Amino acid sequence: MSGRTAEGGRIDRTQRLKFQFDSETMFGYPGDTLASALLANGVRVVGRSFKYHRPRGLMAAGGEEPNGLVRLRRGGRAEPNVRATDILLYDGLLAESQNRWPSLKFDLGALNDRLSPLFPAGFYYKTFMWPASLWPTYEAVIRRMAGLGRAAESPDPDHYDKQYAHCDVLVVGGGPAGLAAAQWAGRTGARVILADEGAEFGGALLGNGQRIDGGAGMDWVTGVVAELGEADNVRLLPRTTAVGYYDHNALVMLQRVADHLARPEPGQPRQRLWQVRASQVILASGALERPLVLSNNDRPGVMGAGAAQTYVNRYGVRPGRRAVLFTNNDSAYPAALDLAQAGVDIAAVVELRPTAPLGWLSRLDEQGIEVLADRAVVAVEGRGAVKAVQIGKLNQARDGAIRGMGRRIECDLLCFSGGWTPSLHLFSQSGAKLDWNAAMGCFLPGDAVQAVRVVGAANGDFALQDCLDQGAHAGNFAANQAGQRRRGRGPRTPVADAGPDLTAPLPIWSIPGGGRGQGCGKAFVDFQSDVTAADLRLAAREGYRSIEHVKRYTTTGMGTDQGRTSNINALGIVAEALAVDVPQVGHTTFRPPFAPVTFGALAGRRIGGLLDPVRRTPMHTWHQANGAAFEPVGQWLRPYFYPRDNETMAEAVDREVLAARSSLGLMDASTLGKIDIQGPDAAEFLNRIYTNGWKGLAVGGCRYGLMLGEDGMIFDDGVTSRLGPEHFHMTTTTGNAARVLDWLESWLQTEWPELAVYCTSCTEQWAVASLCGPNARRLMAALCPELDLSPEAFPAMTWQAAKVAGFETRIFRIGFTGELSFEINVPAGHGPALWQAIMAAGEKYAITPYGTEAMHVLRAEVGFIIVGQETDGTVTPHDLGLGRMVSGKKDFLGKRSLSRADTSRPDRPQLVGLLADDPAIRVPEGAQLIAGANPAPPQVGIGHVTSSYYSPTLGRGFALGLLQGGHGRHGEAVHIAYDGNAVRAVVTPPRFVDVGERAK
Amino acid sequence: MLLLECPWCGPRSEEEFSCGGEGHIVRPLNPDELDDAAWGDYVFMRRNAKGVHFERWRHAHGCGRWFNVARSTVSHEILAVYRVGDDKPKVAP
Repeated sequence: MSGRTAEGGRIDRTQRLKFQFDSETMFGYPGDTLASALLANGVRVVGRSFKYHRPRGLMAAGGEEPNGLVRLRRGGRAEPNVRATDILLYDGLLAESQNRWPSLKFDLGALNDRLSPLFPAGFYYKTFMWPASLWPTYEAVIRRMAGLGRAAESPDPDHYDKQYAHCDVLVVGGGPAGLAAAQWAGRTGARVILADEGAEFGGALLGNGQRIDGGAGMDWVTGVVAELGEADNVRLLPRTTAVGYYDHNALVMLQRVADHLARPEPGQPRQRLWQVRASQVILASGALERPLVLSNNDRPGVMGAGAAQTYVNRYGVRPGRRAVLFTNNDSAYPAALDLAQAGVDIAAVVELRPTAPLGWLSRLDEQGIEVLADRAVVAVEGRGAVKAVQIGKLNQARDGAIRGMGRRIECDLLCFSGGWTPSLHLFSQSGAKLDWNAAMGCFLPGDAVQAVRVVGAANGDFALQDCLDQGAHAGNFAANQAGQRRRGRGPRTPVADAGPDLTAPLPIWSIPGGGRGQGCGKAFVDFQSDVTAADLRLAAREGYRSIEHVKRYTTTGMGTDQGRTSNINALGIVAEALAVDVPQVGHTTFRPPFAPVTFGALAGRRIGGLLDPVRRTPMHTWHQANGAAFEPVGQWLRPYFYPRDNETMAEAVDREVLAARSSLGLMDASTLGKIDIQGPDAAEFLNRIYTNGWKGLAVGGCRYGLMLGEDGMIFDDGVTSRLGPEHFHMTTTTGNAARVLDWLESWLQTEWPELAVYCTSCTEQWAVASLCGPNARRLMAALCPELDLSPEAFPAMTWQAAKVAGFETRIFRIGFTGELSFEINVPAGHGPALWQAIMAAGEKYAITPYGTEAMHVLRAEVGFIIVGQETDGTVTPHDLGLGRMVSGKKDFLGKRSLSRADTSRPDRPQLVGLLADDPAIRVPEGAQLIAGANPAPPQVGIGHVTSSYYSPTLGRGFALGLLQGGHGRHGEAVHIAYDGNAVRAVVTPPRFVDVGERAK
Repeated sequence: MLLLECPWCGPRSEEEFSCGGEGHIVRPLNPDELDDAAWGDYVFMRRNAKGVHFERWRHAHGCGRWFNVARSTVSHEILAVYRVGDDKPKVAP
């Protein structure tokens, strides 16, 4: 009978664990996976297939399982598409089947199976193409029907970590080869990391019961793991899957730290993403058993022979009562013996090869197990579960069964073994090529490109003794390559009993259907994506030649299992259909991740407020306390506007603008980029960087400058002041500060190393209060009584060091509003105190703090540009009407580009003002300018709006824009297209407010 | 994820660096004398080498220094690391 064996297995039968699957309560033991526990509880159907909604059961015992995907846990901890074979059972585990409605037993989507002629390969491109207008309807239905699990409904309460590590030798895979490698590398003293995706080390030995040194193989494993666990230089990482192999031996691994618990322990992450840089890598990633492609080979109860063997040996679970094994290689024979030993009735072993291997034949004979050689299982009967198989003899060409040579055997379990596929995903990701080995019917590792070697079954060396020998040798060798002089010392290499020979399977890529009745059922190649042999042949008939195209057209190998069980069979079938050899078809590219990785692990701690650093100015607390709304500018948070009472944003901005124009405004300008530039060649350097001349700037003077890229396009702007003969203070736009410093450094370091100039960022060292308005001088007089503030003594575009409200400051007569301005720089720590002193002293002038939006309006009213708003990397100084800023006397970065044919043509987009006929309209920024009044497409754009605001000073909306040949079009009308309308506007010079003499 | 050897700081992971594209492009000393095509070559045209590529890197999140790297664009093997101003090293592709 199926279910749990009386004894044996690596489970703890003294302790029962309760769990739920689809709200049915079941029991299992510690050591079980969800998959083994489900089998023990008699669950055959674990899910519905992707496209046809066919009932599906467990096919594998490990990470290659294509069918057993469940939704694990509930609420915020829910995780869809988890393989039941990867989930360790814990008390209280909750799991649900997926892709079925209303229930797993009765699923309406199963109609798809009956309608399957509608869903051939590439059905998206065929069935639902006409009429095109209905595609959105089709798509909605298809998306609901096809798909896997549902994501969690609420935020995940657990946290995820990342860890970086370096090691001499990274061993991936903790089977016999990997363990031997880690053991011998560890004995040299090398720093070793051993990662295995399972909860227990041992790999194939956990399931196949092979013996080492005359004892149980697992006894040897226990000894090695104990030795490694005691070594300080070895780190053991069970439940850790290497998912990506990148350049220079950088590997990414996902460690499931607490997935085997209902919830992580306090302080423990659920998962941890490792980024490991290894001097040497050893891949002992094992091999996966291939299914045999035959009619209805997806029925619940069809399972890998190795998987069935693992279920009885490791978990003490019989996957069926009466089994037929179907094989093209030796590995099914020991599986049959182990199943029989566990009490499974073995009806027959069907051998595809002409003769059965003699040694195994006699051992099966002793147990009274019948072997049918030169026969094939040609069909599987039963829908929700296997009921019987039909056996036949294939004809000479192996493209059909010979009638009358068949037989029907009742059974509830069909174990296949279609040969073994070395697991070379990671090796392939490392950049190496794979070589096809026709005799073994699989790809083997080609020459390594990085410092990596492949050992054991992954290298096609399936025999246990080879695994142990190769692992030991590779471990020693890799440690020495990584710089360990010492050779590892220890007991001799263990001796393993001979196991089955897996090196000579008979590759028949698909078994022709020869059965009666249901014999013409679907023969699946990719179980997870529901791709059949017929789909692949159809693709070949339709002209697909490249395997990469066949993959995308049929979706074979595109599931979450990355085609672990399907790739080779698919290649074989396509090669046959195209009548070429497998190497001519090639294989598809293996890409990371090898196994699905949760978004949580990828994000790690960078969620919520930790996603990106937030930069705050020294005065931030004052802004907060005074009700500022904030705007992110790069990483900075800047005051946007300061609403009073129930003011709307528009009301607040209007009030702030009018205050600055009529009396006094104060803005926090601390975020402006600031670079301290010193050295004997500083003036010469600025002369080369900026478009205008700098050598004549006197100490105490300030000058506005434009920086261009070598393509002649504006890159940044700002005011730079001369603090001393060899000392300048540069300001940059807020968002560009780091880029400008990089730019300066790149020229100093690589092109002009002869210039003695030193650049230092001092953005955060200074707090900046920018004071502006007609009353600015009166307030400054009150704050610094000893300073002569007359326009003659302290004119615009100069600076002075002076005490303001008792603080040592630098005062710059510069601003961004057109009004009389003082920009007061104070060491950052004094910023809040200075700000409050200014606010207190300014009370009698109704001083008004203003934010970035009012600043934008103020500057646009007087036609000042903002880099990144009026410019977009395609705008020259001349385009903005700033030709006077461009020196004709000297060379500077980008100068030659300004006279290129394209940059000097007269009809380039040029900066203009735009006033809509309707003063109430505020056109959207980015809106296109068109010539005619009819906005219907097609249209030829003649420019676009770069800035658009409401001006309380003018009492109307206004805009800046780039218009083709705009400098010569003042007074003309254009149309601004948006929302299907065309708004008429008059082109003006880009300056709307004249501050006259009051700014002096 | 490359492993680059900064000439000042030693081996570091790629994420500490920023790549500055092709190296050994010298700014013309006489831009005014160049025609549009010659100047355009300097500003815009770059090699797209299959094989050895001489390129500039900056240890942006480290010492901030620029340096040169000879890298195989096929295997990503780092064939040489050398300082700004040094001549192109002879490397086998």
